[in-house]
Amino acid sequence: MRVVQHLGVVQGSTVQAKNVFRDIGAALKNLVGGELRSYTDLLNESRQASLERMQSEAQALGANAILNVRFSTSTITQGAAELLAYGTAVIVEDDARG
Amino acid sequence: MVEGLITLFFNLALPLLLLVVGFLVGTIVERRHLRRIRAREAELRDVLAFALRRIPEDLEVSAPNFVAGSAVISVDYFKRFAASLRGLIGGRLGAYESLFERARREAMVRMKEEARRLGADIVLNVKLETTRIQAGGRNATISVEALAYGTAYRRGEGDGQIH
Repeated sequence: MRVVQHLGVVQGSTVQAKNVFRDIGAALKNLVGGELRSYTDLLNESRQASLERMQSEAQALGANAILNVRFSTSTITQGAAELLAYGTAVIVEDDARG
Repeated sequence: MVEGLITLFFNLALPLLLLVVGFLVGTIVERRHLRRIRAREAELRDVLAFALRRIPEDLEVSAPNFVAGSAVISVDYFKRFAASLRGLIGGRLGAYESLFERARREAMVRMKEEARRLGADIVLNVKLETTRIQAGGRNATISVEALAYGTAYRRGEGDGQIH
């Protein structure tokens, strides 16, 4: 494969607020420590959504690949986080193999 | 008299009880978690992970797959207390160091597990990210999320190279 055209940075982000019900379990877990499963899942779901948004932006530009994808997470207020995915949209072509 | 006892209970006995429970259960949970991580790391030893940004020239690889793994880990009540004491005099916060270690190693293991599920045996351009999360309501408890991600390939098949 070979990059034939660069289309610039594409990104997708979601802002996720926590869920009160998931929080009840987390509060209990905070006594004894350990993994907060519900939070892991919650963040994974919204990260997936960010990826999809980034992909549709790339698609709208006519790209068929995104290179060097990165994630970034920031806490906005207590109980809300922004999950950002970004990368470089490109058009790749298969090599003519001889 | 009764009122005094109740106040005493809530101000002294309850926090003390929470500390003891937090310490005992927290220690067991952490030890078990580390043991589980070590076992899975050993089991996943043949899935390689590198922070290289490019595919080494002498390496033939298959088509790429994006893989990621993450984990949110929380500290226990005792560690939070121990850390607040440590905060007075400064120095290394051992209690929180193990928190980050567990989160990151767990995330890495999950990433490798996903790579293996996809039939890959090498992950390149691995990046690690850590975020602080306020979980469990207002009294700002400390938990961290670690995220590991990269590009997974199968070695020795060709065709994945981007020039």
